[in-house]
Amino acid sequence: MHGPAVELAEDKASDAKSKLGVYLFIVYSLVYAGFVIINTVSPKLMGIEMFMGLNLAVVYGFGLIILAIVMGLIYNHICTKMEDEMNKEQGDKQ
Amino acid sequence: MIYEASTIAIVLFVFFVLLVLGLSFYFARMTKTSSSYFAAGGTIPWSVNGIAFAGDYLSAASFLGICGMIATVGYDGFLYSIGYLSGWVVALFIVAEPMKRLGKYTFTDALDSTFNSKGIQLSAAISTLVVSMFYLIPQMVGAGALITPLLGFPHYVGVIMVGLIVTFIVATAGMTSTTYVQFLKGGLLIVFSTLLTIYLCNNGINKKPSANYHDFQTINANVQGGSVVSINSDRQVVGEHKTASLHFVKLAKNGVNTWWKLNHNVLEEALSKTTLSSGTVLYNGAPKKERKFYSVGHVKKLIHNGKEVEATGPISPFGLLEVVKNSEIVRFAKKKFMDGGNKVTVWYQNPTSGATIMRPGVKFKVDEGSTWMSKLNFVSLMLALFFGTAALPHILIRYYTVPSQKDARKSTIVAIGAIGFFYILTLFMGLGAMTYGVLDVESSNMSAPLLAKYFGVGLFSIISAIAFATVLGTVSGLIVASSGAVAHDLIDNYMGIKMTDKTKVFAGKMSAVAVGVLAIILGIVFKGMNVSFLVGWAFAVAASANLPAIVMLLFWKKTTAAGITSSIIVGITAALTIILLSPSMFSKYGLDPSSAPFGLNNPGIISIPLSFITLILVSLYYKQKEKV
Repeated sequence: MHGPAVELAEDKASDAKSKLGVYLFIVYSLVYAGFVIINTVSPKLMGIEMFMGLNLAVVYGFGLIILAIVMGLIYNHICTKMEDEMNKEQGDKQ
Repeated sequence: MIYEASTIAIVLFVFFVLLVLGLSFYFARMTKTSSSYFAAGGTIPWSVNGIAFAGDYLSAASFLGICGMIATVGYDGFLYSIGYLSGWVVALFIVAEPMKRLGKYTFTDALDSTFNSKGIQLSAAISTLVVSMFYLIPQMVGAGALITPLLGFPHYVGVIMVGLIVTFIVATAGMTSTTYVQFLKGGLLIVFSTLLTIYLCNNGINKKPSANYHDFQTINANVQGGSVVSINSDRQVVGEHKTASLHFVKLAKNGVNTWWKLNHNVLEEALSKTTLSSGTVLYNGAPKKERKFYSVGHVKKLIHNGKEVEATGPISPFGLLEVVKNSEIVRFAKKKFMDGGNKVTVWYQNPTSGATIMRPGVKFKVDEGSTWMSKLNFVSLMLALFFGTAALPHILIRYYTVPSQKDARKSTIVAIGAIGFFYILTLFMGLGAMTYGVLDVESSNMSAPLLAKYFGVGLFSIISAIAFATVLGTVSGLIVASSGAVAHDLIDNYMGIKMTDKTKVFAGKMSAVAVGVLAIILGIVFKGMNVSFLVGWAFAVAASANLPAIVMLLFWKKTTAAGITSSIIVGITAALTIILLSPSMFSKYGLDPSSAPFGLNNPGIISIPLSFITLILVSLYYKQKEKV
């Protein structure tokens, strides 16, 4: 059978992180779906000016890229906290 | 277009290649075990792995393909950037940590972690090889496209050079050297793309891109009964070609024939390539060496701060986007036809409003002239890009190079930051190439390096060397993934041929050589296709074959080995069938695209759900059978 290339310590936060990941994935997927739907159903709407001379197409497109980065940082922050707390609790009990 | 090699380009190129080969030699001494060969021993720091992810992912498709597509069709090209980046969200939130937890050297390990199934081992290995081949083709095509302007060699020489260098990198030190080559290339690509964008904004946009930019001529024509009867010029009308909406006129002067497009009563100069029945090729009526074939792309009406101007001067990044949106850009459209026994391709001026360029609809038929099928094609592509990233074998194996799950997650976030930043830059570089008079109408792939050339041979040489490194980095990752699939998944696990650690490394190296040779052949055969277009297909195949298996394994407890095996087989078969019977491929076969049995060019919207459904039905069937 297979196994990781290196020995991994047991991670008690694994389920909680997985659940958080799914929630964040759903949120991002909805925003992405909104982008694809507007592009498909009403592409002219993408031409409306938003701010600083930029249209919705550019703002939404840049927004999706920046949102991915921001959500990634938030996810990492929460996951690290979960790992510190849950794996520490486990260590304390032992 | 006519390219000339420059000494500085050759020196930089040779320096980079020697550096990469030196790295491979250095790491080769440390690569003794299969763990170090296939997974760099799981010792790569997360920050290095994050940039290496970027180096692995930002392939020729991203740098050459996307910039080229934006330069020719505007915002529609940027949709690839958005789709490619968004896919990393799936990798981060769903796949990163479980992949690290379950796998060893290949993503097949993760899929097979609880089953030990021969079916999974075989199907996932085949899937890895097929996806990697689809991804390899555009990289090798990109290498060939780069080597001509960089070193002056023909396309096939570039393909062979990349093939040999990359095979050497992988065959000497496997994943360790591959990681550091990708790290180096990823970092350099981002730094110099930023520099190019700064140059671009500092220079602004000019109506006449450069002093030597060709001044496209117009001639007044007297048109009667739909034909040109006389023109206000010393040229002679010697031929015409009409379609439902286009009217081209062939004019002769001093024995040189050129093609012009009739626009009302005005003839507008076009570019043309004529292949005579004798096989001789003429560019704008003259042999290639006479340099009558110009680079193109300029602004017809330049609007800055509400006024029409000749030049904007230095401009902010957002200001540049606003100027393009408010101006009118001359793009070049292509038309092929027969003129007697000669094959003619004409590139004619197609002035397009910036507002149209800066929103979807120029390439993807989602607006005027769209059909439900064209919209479905677009949705299908965006779906494949979103779900494809987390299913690419050469990306997934990078999770085995870091020490822990936490490192896998952190390296993914570094990758998202670096890749996201680069993709934002692609919009600026693409629009710059569109308006700087640097475009080669024959191939959009060289747009970004040619934009760099505008700012000097030095920057061009560096950008081209990095673009070449881009190909090296990605291809080496693909070859590591493929050699892992052959040596570890097929020979070791599936066939059960027990090997010592040393023999396994040797088998991996031999597999790398075999895949490298195959990549060279495919790179030569597929010359000329837009690299981003081909990568779109690789994503569709990966998303269809691998993603349903990965997701269901992680989130559905009833998943069975038979379900995973069938979903991979169905996903890959459905995606490949739709691609091979698509209008795009019919066009490649020289057949009428409208006679293709499937109207879809992008299979994802059918093949991804089909793969999911197969996995569910087969798993339920086998669970039921077990109960009985």
